[in-house]
Amino acid sequence: MTSIADIVAEHAHREGPLLPILHDVQKAFGHVSEDAMRDIAQALNLTRAEVYGVVSFYHDFRKEAEARPILKLCRAEACKARGVDALVPIAEGQSRVKVEAVYCLGMCSVGPAALVGDQVIARLDQARLSSLLEAM
Amino acid sequence: MTVRISNDAVAIACGADAVAAAFAAAGVEVERVSSWGMHWMEPLVDIDGVGYGQVSADQVPSILKGDAESIGRIEDHPFIAKQNRLTFARAGKTRPTSLDDYYASGGWLGLGQARAIGAEATIETIMASGLRGRGGAGFPAGIKWRTVADAAADQKYIVCNADEGDSGTFADRMVMEGDPFMLIEGMAIAGFAVGASKAYIYIRSEYPHAIAKMEDAIRLSAHLIAPFVVEVRVGAGAYICGEETSLLNSLEGKRGEVRAKPPLPALEGLFGKPTVVNNVLTLAAVPWILAHGGEAYAAYGMGRSKGTMPVQLAGNVKHGGLFEVAFGITLGELVNDIGGGTASGRPVRCVQVGGPLGAYIPPAQFDLPFDYEAFAAADALIGHAGITVFDDSVDMAQMARFAMEFCAIESCGKCTPCRLGSTRGVETIDQIIAGNNVDANLALLADLAETMKFGSLCAMGGFTPYPVMSAIKLFPEDFNR
Repeated sequence: MTSIADIVAEHAHREGPLLPILHDVQKAFGHVSEDAMRDIAQALNLTRAEVYGVVSFYHDFRKEAEARPILKLCRAEACKARGVDALVPIAEGQSRVKVEAVYCLGMCSVGPAALVGDQVIARLDQARLSSLLEAM
Repeated sequence: MTVRISNDAVAIACGADAVAAAFAAAGVEVERVSSWGMHWMEPLVDIDGVGYGQVSADQVPSILKGDAESIGRIEDHPFIAKQNRLTFARAGKTRPTSLDDYYASGGWLGLGQARAIGAEATIETIMASGLRGRGGAGFPAGIKWRTVADAAADQKYIVCNADEGDSGTFADRMVMEGDPFMLIEGMAIAGFAVGASKAYIYIRSEYPHAIAKMEDAIRLSAHLIAPFVVEVRVGAGAYICGEETSLLNSLEGKRGEVRAKPPLPALEGLFGKPTVVNNVLTLAAVPWILAHGGEAYAAYGMGRSKGTMPVQLAGNVKHGGLFEVAFGITLGELVNDIGGGTASGRPVRCVQVGGPLGAYIPPAQFDLPFDYEAFAAADALIGHAGITVFDDSVDMAQMARFAMEFCAIESCGKCTPCRLGSTRGVETIDQIIAGNNVDANLALLADLAETMKFGSLCAMGGFTPYPVMSAIKLFPEDFNR
């Protein structure tokens, strides 16, 4: 199991190492906990407030673990123009998958689009979103 | 027989992997190439230059038998034939991370030319090309480079802004996924010209395919650009980090808050050092300019908008995708002739150009030429040249509300007009939608918009009023029911 210390050591030599560290911590543990923030702050000679300020600024970092699988549904203008708002009731009509809003996946010509892990799915309609959610 | 299928994220998101697997299962070798940019056709299968659109895996046997209907030669398709592809010259043709393909298609000629003519002449060439920053501000790239080159410092940086957060845009993503060596070459030329030894490319985390391809390409080409070094940094879901000073703070490991200017990043940028911050499309245009000359690039375009712009046709448009064309083409040609109108078949009600901070433009103004100055004069912006099309079912009061809501979600919080104004804007539009004191609230909203426009530190708060106020001006009926 990777430790916070390992992750910090891997990036410590880089200029501005905090974001790469936070990304790796979140990848390894699913979130950035209070304890992790304290350890990172100590290792980088930052205050806990500084690290907390960074973690809380960026939408990607979560301070608490999320047990459910996550689907990020694009809610930006181009996907709105292609009807994503009609899919929201389907996303909200279930609770097994955590559905989060994301603002643009660069699929603006083939939306509505969603991101699951590193997998991008386009041309969503009600049926495709339903089966995607069921398969997760 | 050569079968080419894109491995661009759009193609994959539309099912290209299954199609490629079906060809492979039939014993046919498949080359995974960049996307032609005809997104409505994806997955597009290219067999010796002839295209088959929207292919599914079960159609593969009939295509191999010759029974399927093709779209003819892809290069002759009007959508491709009408373009001026300089930056996207390789689109659809080469394997993105193949150095062989890159060499064979004129790769590294620009860097070789820069090294042959020297740093000063390289900057002169960019000056002569008239290249302006493609991220939205349209600042002359040559002047920025000259400023950094003239600054005395022990360390300088190139920062490539690949935080393409504007809805309706995807050209940066296509460059990174389709032609990553070209971008690396552009960064290396910039570094050579200004005396920077290190580049960071800041890619948004919503682009996992682009991150993977850029990292591969950097590893494969490190020896060709040495001692210059390029490193990928991944964003963390903050739209504001597309603003250059916020991006620099993020790279330094801080909250992505906007910095006051001056000092300009060109003099005091990353870690306080002189820094060129250029958009992906700006740097991607550089190798062509060096290889063909500044004058050759400046021969395209109109007025002070020189060269080509990779326009992105998005939203409710029939023929969505990437259309690179010389400046000067009208909005109407792009939306109706090239884009084919709406995908839904209903009338176009308006388009939004330039992302979430861009004004809405109605068909009555479709004679507007694509030109920085012409757009500015019409109170609109080209931005990153994304055009999002809406049909007549759109509720503009809801779109205006969303513009304010988006600003509230994504504001960095540094300045008050943006941080508070956006939330008050949402509340005021909610009152208007509910029919409460509509005239008074519209007046209040106009006043708030003025405050945001002139009082905000950066374009986030400063430009959010454009979509809001243009929606009210053009479609008052949506706000007073």
